[in-house]
Amino acid sequence: MHKLASLLFAMGLAALLIGLATQLPLGMTPMGVGQAILERAPGETGSANIVTSVVLAYRGIDTLGELAILFAAATVAGLVLAPSIHAESQARTKPRDDAGLVLRAGSDLLFPLLLAVGFYIVLHGHLTPGGGFQGGVVLAAAFFVSFLARPARQPSHVGVVLIEALAGAAFIGIGLAALLGGGAFLQPLLDQGTLGQLVSAGSLPLLYLAVGLKVGAELSGLLAHLAE
Amino acid sequence: MTMNPPDLITILIVGGIGLVAIGAVGMAVSRHLLRLVLALALAEAGVNLLLVLAGYRWDAVAPILTGAAVTRPMVDPVPQALVLTAIVIGVGVQALAVALMIRVREAYGTLDIRELKTRVEQDICGAAGIAPPESANAPGGSQPYPVPVTTSRESA
Amino acid sequence: MMAWIALVLVALMLGAAVLVLLFDNLIAAIAAASVVSLLLSLLFALLAAPDVALTEAAVGAGLSGAVLAMGLRRLGLINLGKQEEPDA
Repeated sequence: MHKLASLLFAMGLAALLIGLATQLPLGMTPMGVGQAILERAPGETGSANIVTSVVLAYRGIDTLGELAILFAAATVAGLVLAPSIHAESQARTKPRDDAGLVLRAGSDLLFPLLLAVGFYIVLHGHLTPGGGFQGGVVLAAAFFVSFLARPARQPSHVGVVLIEALAGAAFIGIGLAALLGGGAFLQPLLDQGTLGQLVSAGSLPLLYLAVGLKVGAELSGLLAHLAE
Repeated sequence: MTMNPPDLITILIVGGIGLVAIGAVGMAVSRHLLRLVLALALAEAGVNLLLVLAGYRWDAVAPILTGAAVTRPMVDPVPQALVLTAIVIGVGVQALAVALMIRVREAYGTLDIRELKTRVEQDICGAAGIAPPESANAPGGSQPYPVPVTTSRESA
Repeated sequence: MMAWIALVLVALMLGAAVLVLLFDNLIAAIAAASVVSLLLSLLFALLAAPDVALTEAAVGAGLSGAVLAMGLRRLGLINLGKQEEPDA
């Protein structure tokens, strides 16, 4: 009875919302801020990917908030999953042996490829679709695949936490450097080169590099905590 | 057989709101905690689709400047930046929920929400020193008010 | 033309979303959720949002499924055969 009631409620709510949403001007949106950003972004920031300039230059504070949320989630997950002092959880940790030949050979081949693709996506974030978050996920997947093949050999937790902390501090440091230079917090710095070159768009690739390293280290540490 | 082509925007609206509704039903109906987290992920996916749809324009291209001359309009880049953030936050929330589920399973031995409700209530009432509630309609028990003291003159 | 492609993708996506709630086996439910994320990333690419499509494909179809499956392994609930305990 309870399931039938919630099903009817959800169907009624969906019908009402669909009826409302078809009246909205979707598909012909009156873009106010969007149109202004589309016209001014290549000139002001120098990046060919306009979504990157929105994420890092025009709404940089939101990206800082997202990094803070990810940091909080990964840290709390690591604290919650830390091995407790109780005896039963210590008895459960049995040494896991290596995986079979296919997984080991595949991970040995895939690890450098995934690292190269991850860094490519991170560093070209201002030219092509991509950026720090996507590249960071690919970097975390590289370490996760090598961990699946050899569970006994993990990267040291201290190194991973150090990379994450330094990358996060670098992001805030670049933002503060803009503040000290007389502009606003996280205002794009440095000289914008020509549009479309790898070295262009000022400090935007540096910001994305910091974001990519932080997200990659965070997610690989989170997966290592979940796995052991 | 020629049919008039269906409206793209209507199809996507139905898809987005349908995902949100399926996620809502899943969260209300499921008994296992992991299925609850999966339903939450479905609802988040539906909301992200609706957000990106809000910035869409007819016959517009992606907001990336290639070397070619700009002749066609571009879609709105601001909702795409918001959805980038939302997707990554969603996976962070799911990871934290999984970590909490592992601890709940270690502490109580079950992940069924009705059994967990009774056992958590017993734990809280045992720690507070009161009796566990019998039903939702009478949380204070069958005697929630203090009994009025009758004087000896009335009973005589 | 794009409307027909979108119709097929949305129908498959809603079908996979319903299957997430109907499967008894939890690994199958996680796989169905990954299928929903994959089809959603195709829809994002159709909506001229390549950044969002990349992120959804990498995070939703890849990392979210991996995180949930690792949690399932640590919970000890991975069951590739017949399921004996009922969980809705």
